[in-house]
Amino acid sequence: MSEVPPTRMNQQIFKGKLKAAVGGHKLLKKKADALKVKFRDYAKMIAETKSNMAADASGAFFSLTQAEYAAGNFKRKVAEGSLQARIRVGAGVDNVAGVKLPVFSKYDTGAVADNQSLGLVGGGKKIVAVREKFTILLENLIKLASLQTSFMTLDEALKVTNRRVNALENVTIPKIEAVLDYISRELDELEREDFTRLKLVQGKKQVEIAAENARKDAMKREALLEGTPLPIGKENDEDITAAYDANDDQDVVF
Amino acid sequence: MDVGKLVAIIGDEDTVTGFLLAGVGHRTAEASNFLIVKQDTKLPQIEQAFRGFTTRSDIGIILINQHIANDIRHVLKDYHETIPTVLEIPSKEHPYDPEQDYIMQRVNMFLGGTF
Repeated sequence: MSEVPPTRMNQQIFKGKLKAAVGGHKLLKKKADALKVKFRDYAKMIAETKSNMAADASGAFFSLTQAEYAAGNFKRKVAEGSLQARIRVGAGVDNVAGVKLPVFSKYDTGAVADNQSLGLVGGGKKIVAVREKFTILLENLIKLASLQTSFMTLDEALKVTNRRVNALENVTIPKIEAVLDYISRELDELEREDFTRLKLVQGKKQVEIAAENARKDAMKREALLEGTPLPIGKENDEDITAAYDANDDQDVVF
Repeated sequence: MDVGKLVAIIGDEDTVTGFLLAGVGHRTAEASNFLIVKQDTKLPQIEQAFRGFTTRSDIGIILINQHIANDIRHVLKDYHETIPTVLEIPSKEHPYDPEQDYIMQRVNMFLGGTF
């Protein structure tokens, strides 16, 4: 604070800074509020989807058990066959309140399904049921994963924004205000100094003038008492023509 | 559009079988995107598989059974990337328990109060 010279120019500069900081603070607060609202929405959606998913999962496992009962032990065969992922996830980016959120979408490559021959011996229908149930579960899981990543990203963004709001509020703006206070105080001080100096000088001049006047008066009184003419040219307000009488000089006759 | 990322799965036999039937399994000469965790599967192996999945750029989601997630909780705790994202799912023997899921904890904390 002490490095800032207290000039009017600096005062203007810092006033501008204050305006910018206050404006920025307001905007950031708005952004933080918007993010908070979105965050709450996501939190609710996640809670709902997760409990749905739990129900779906138990349904899917149950159908798996049923299939085992019907088709025998096919688990090993599933894992041993050649595997090409038929379902994939596409990673997209969604922009929410100025924050980029990752989003997953289910993506079917359309490749041939593996293990088509699994249920041929028995329990084929049950195995198909297992496939369906798990596919639905998978869809929900992909959605949930999307929500989860968005949630975490939003969380981070919210934290960062809040941090910046607090920094502006508690550090930057008070600092600028302190500088402005200092400058205006110093400027006032300088003004007062000038003022007092001026007054002092004026006072001295008054004293000088008064002394001169006193001297002049004293001289006048002396001259009057003695009757001597005052020397010419001494004082401006003296009547110099009084020294000259009209009858002193001879009339000039042609 | 890009080919798309895979869904990896670390789970017990039933879980993995189910998802393989749904079509997420992908096995090539180099690597596969799933790990079947049996009774005798050692913890370091699970950890290694998880770390491997997280460092692969072609995996978007990692599904993991909740009871297995608890076993490698210390690894999961330090994991903060957005992609691949980790999703905990229940298994046949261990139904879903929201108290153990880190994300649900955050959600509940934010919404105020437990479910």
